[in-house]
Order: sequence, then structure tokens, then C-alpha cells
Amino acid sequence: MKTPVRLSGAAIKAAVTAAAAAAALAGCGATGSSTSAPADAARTSPAASASATAASTGAAAAFPVTVTAANGAVTIKASPARIVSLDPTSTEDLYAVGAGPQVVAVDQDSDYPAGVPKTSLSGLTPNIEAIARYNPSLVVSSQSSGGLVSGMTKLGIPVLIEPAVATLDGAYAQIDQIGQATGHAAQAARVVASMKQQIAADVRNAGTAHKGLTYYWELSASPFYSVTSSTFIGQIVGLFGLKNIADAANKPSDGGYPELSQEYIVTARPQLIFLADNQAADGGQSPAVVAKRPGWSVIPAVQDHEVIGLNDDVASRWGPRLPLLVAEIAQALEHAPTS
Amino acid sequence: MRKAGALGAAAIFLVAAALVGAMVGAADLNPLATAAALADKIPFVHLHSGLSPLDKAVLFQIRLPRVVLGVLVGALLAMAGAGYQGVFRNPLVDSGLLGASAGAGLGATLAIVYLGGSPDAIPAAAFIGSLAGVAAAYLAFAATTARGALSGAGGGGTATLLLAGIAVGSFLTAVQTFVLQRSTQDAQAVYSWLLGSLSAATWQQVTSVLPYAAISTVIVLLHGRHLDVLAVGDEEARALGMRPAAVRGIVVAACALAAASAVAVSGLIGFVGIVVPHVARRLAGPSYQIVLPLSLLIGGGFLVLADTLARTVLSPAELPIGVVTALVGAPAFVWILRGTRTAGP
Repeated sequence: MKTPVRLSGAAIKAAVTAAAAAAALAGCGATGSSTSAPADAARTSPAASASATAASTGAAAAFPVTVTAANGAVTIKASPARIVSLDPTSTEDLYAVGAGPQVVAVDQDSDYPAGVPKTSLSGLTPNIEAIARYNPSLVVSSQSSGGLVSGMTKLGIPVLIEPAVATLDGAYAQIDQIGQATGHAAQAARVVASMKQQIAADVRNAGTAHKGLTYYWELSASPFYSVTSSTFIGQIVGLFGLKNIADAANKPSDGGYPELSQEYIVTARPQLIFLADNQAADGGQSPAVVAKRPGWSVIPAVQDHEVIGLNDDVASRWGPRLPLLVAEIAQALEHAPTS
Repeated sequence: MRKAGALGAAAIFLVAAALVGAMVGAADLNPLATAAALADKIPFVHLHSGLSPLDKAVLFQIRLPRVVLGVLVGALLAMAGAGYQGVFRNPLVDSGLLGASAGAGLGATLAIVYLGGSPDAIPAAAFIGSLAGVAAAYLAFAATTARGALSGAGGGGTATLLLAGIAVGSFLTAVQTFVLQRSTQDAQAVYSWLLGSLSAATWQQVTSVLPYAAISTVIVLLHGRHLDVLAVGDEEARALGMRPAAVRGIVVAACALAAASAVAVSGLIGFVGIVVPHVARRLAGPSYQIVLPLSLLIGGGFLVLADTLARTVLSPAELPIGVVTALVGAPAFVWILRGTRTAGP
């Protein structure tokens, strides 16, 4: 719980790879609502953000500040008044730590919290000029594709790359770091403390009665992509002592996101099924749809109505709403059979 | 005699491939019990397999529909490839020709990005997209030629249609990429589809493909003799009372239907449509009367074997089937081509 994430070169590479994998595999978030309205960019006016920044600083006037993100040491000279976020998790982090009023633009996939200044900017294929038009004093993204870091560096604009994390501690460290970089270190620490406390409480309340129950986590249904225990998601479910059926298919090559054979899923007889693809925009594989899949009626999870449709966005991000995901799992366990 | 022998061998290959596909899988069902459970389904045969209800669900609801769908898809792709090769007198064309694959890819991408990629929407969109791609290619062709007729050579010839198909295909692929860029979060779903997969096969998919498969197969097989005559030349065909342009149009339409229905349920599986017809020629000579049915049988068997590998090599994980068809198919193809390149298509 205490080790802040400090990334070596190899670790950065691994993290970026993991980010790409997670973004590609797990990131099936806000697809339906990704229609972009350029006009939204004006929703948060610079004047409003500037005054909000002035009001919210004070204790956090620790600038210039240097933080070590996935792209190395980044120095931010003054409290950033105009932030562009190119990743849904970064956006959630920024708003959670209280930097929301400083955010002038978010990418097409950012959709939380409500009212974020959504634009047509893309985090996967960033357009340097389009980002520069927002005159940002800080850019936050989960990956440096399309020469984002080098392009922004040429313009003298600091960039924080906050890739998909491999552990809960990594998620906490990112929130802390985003807090430091935006002048909200104290609130970031409070957010992290609250997250830890909520998650610990849910895990504690769930007890040990369900230890050893088997689960299948579905990222997509055609083909059947899942997560192993070694992934970020796998570790979170692992907090409850559940056993992952996808571990049998674990190979280094797929980064912990194996494509499972359907007949294996059925014969593994998982006692719980978590659907991260159940919302209409992500495949619409609701519990009702899963129950009707040919052959699946023999699975204990289906027979016992232990198929849980998750909030797909929360399940594919690593931000401040993680306690919500943990709570969804805990809630499912309340009426699950005991092992 | 050689032809009958080849047909018989291909039929045995298909049945054997399907049986292997039905016997093995990640569920590790007892092969003997599986065989008994399968035989039990034959009329008047009653066997007690000893399979549990779970095992039976795996065998009959998950594995068998996948095997049957694999047979259908492989057969249709190979037959469409052979048909196109006959129409265009070109050994390099395959079932994804004329904007068919690109159109299907665009349809599937639109369904994934804008309709949330529901299991019902994707096949329908891919089917429509594939046919629309071919139709667009034909319209582009007709717009470039005075009469819009498919003659064998020169202006307005089949080469022009091929070029129109390449143009339309590039255009549709560009649109597809553009749409995907608008919603990068769907990249994984789209690429999974593009690589092709039978992993979620159901009996419902089998029954929805079957009518199109039957219609297109009957039409294409009935035109084997016509394609043989066209291979000699349009003049000779006309002398025999055939209308070359009409024959080509009918075969292209039937092949497009076959490819579209296969692609709708399996995604873009490469290599089958181009390789299998050449294997058929190697076995039984260039006559389309034999190449078409042979391609049908060999294609079905080949795809079932490829899919069986895809779902067992890394069991319980799976490989994209397109990887297997190319990885196994390409070296096999080179081996088959050894010493046959003098014969021509």
C-alpha cells in the first residue's frame, strides 16, 4: 500500500503494452455516447477555470512540481489552468481530485462525470495541432501514441502518460500523481484514502464464506475474451478469494487476456459470471442474453442466477470509481452460494 | 475415373475432418463416449454414451454447431473462390473479391460501432455489406463501360470489373477505417471480427446460412460446364449458343451470395477461397464441372480442420482461425504448387 509506482524503462514499456492491451481488450466503454460535439469545448470557459484554480490552490502551491509518470520525469512549472485529458480514466481522476474546473477539453471517449467538456479529440490517434488549439498547460493521456509526448514537448506543453495499471496500488499512485501535478495533492490523498477504506470494508464484509468459488469474467462474447488472475481486474476479484477459470489458459503471450474456448467455459462450470460487455453499447450481453446461449443452461452460475451485468465503464477503467466495481462484486456475493 | 476417385476421396476427407472436429475440444470429452453419443443420433441406433448432461450440452450445443458451421463456411468460401476464378479466368482471385470482404468489414464495423455489436446485428450487417460491396463494384464497372456487359477481354471485360472491385474495396476499407477511428474503443471487437472466428457458432447461425448456401451452391454447380466453355473463349461459347455475359453475371451473383452468407457468420477468413480451388485442380484437372464440387468438399473439410486446430492447439485458449488457415494453408499451398505451375488455372 505504500510503494509509489516508480517506473524503469522496461517497466514503462511493459506498462504501455499493458495499456494498449487493456485499452484494446477491456476498453469497451463509452462507445454509444461517443458522438462528439466540438461546441462542448466551450462549456467550461477559461475564465471560469482560472478563477476556480485560484480559489482551490493555496495549500497546494507547491509549483514547480516534478512527477515521474510513465513517460519519465515531468516538470510542471505552475498550477495548470488549462488541462486536456485524452483518456476516460485520466478524466475521472482529474475530476475526483478537484481539478475539474481546470479541464478545458476531454477526448471523445471520456463521459464521466456528467458534463465533462467532451470534444472529438482522440487519445488513440491524437492530433497534436487539434490538442494545441485548446492552448493547454497540461495534457494527460494513457498512452503516447501518434507522437503525443514528442509533439507536445516541442510546443513546451508538459504531458503526463498515465497508462493502464497492473495493481490497485498503481491506480492509487496515479490519482496521487494527478493530484500533485494539478495542485490538488491533499484532495487526491483523501480520495485514495476513501477508496481504500471503501474497498477494504466491502472485502471485509464479504467474509471468507465465498472463498474458492469459481468465476468467469467476460470481456467480449464473440470471440470469448477473458482476464486471468494476473491482470488488474483479476487481482480485484482475487481480493474476495474467488478462483478464475481463465487461469488455465494463461500464457505470457496474451498479456493475461486469453480468448477462451466456449466449451471450456461451459465445462469449467463457473459459479459466478461477470459480464463486462453487458451494456448495449458494448455488445449487449446481458444476463438474460447469456442465459439463452445454447448449452449454457448447465453452468451453475446460470442455474443459480449468478450472472452479473457490470457497469462496463467502471469495469474497464482504473480510476476513482473502482470501489463501485468492488461493491458490485461484493453485492453479487451476498446471495452467492457459499463454498 | 480419376474424377470420381477424387470426389470420393474429398467426401471421405470432409467426413473424417468433421468427425475429428466433433471428437476433440477443450472440454476433453471421452472420444468413445462422444462417438457413441453421435451414433445415438442416427435413426434406429440407440446407444448409451454415458455422457453427462453437461457433456451433452457441450457436444450438441457448442461443438457440433461449430463443426457444421465450419463445413458450411469453408465449402461456400472455396466454391465462391473457384467460381470467381472461372469467371475471371484468373487464378489469383478469391471469395473476398469485388468489394465483398471490404463491404462485409464495413457492415460489421458499423454494427459494432453504432449498434453496440449485438450478436444479431453483426451478421446481418456483414451480409448486407458484402452484397452491397459487390453491387457497388458492378455499378462502378457498368458506369465505366458502354454496355455494362461482361465480355471476356478488351473494354468492358472482366478485367475492368476486377479493377472496379479493387477500387470499391479500397474505398470501403477507407470508410471502415474512418468509422473505426471515430470510436477507437471498439478496435478490439472490430479486429476480432476481421480476423474471423467460429467461436460463438450456434444452430441458429447454421439454419440462417443454410438457405443461401443451398441456393448459391445449386446455381454455381449447374454452371460448371458453362465455365469450362468460357475458358476456351467467348467466341466458342457464343457458337455453342451461350451468352457469356449472362453466364458470368449469374455465377458472380451466386458466388457473391455464397461468400456473403459465409462471411456473415464467420468474419473474414482468408486463404480458403484462393487455395482450395487450386488443390482441387491439382487433384482432378482444370474442368470446372469437377473443380467446383471438389472445392466445396475440400473447403469444408479444410476449414473444419483449421478451426479444430484453432480451438485445441492452445486449449483452453483459442487462436483466431484466420491465423491457422494462413499458417497451415500457405506452406501447404506452396507444396501443392510445386511442379503444377505449368498447367495454369
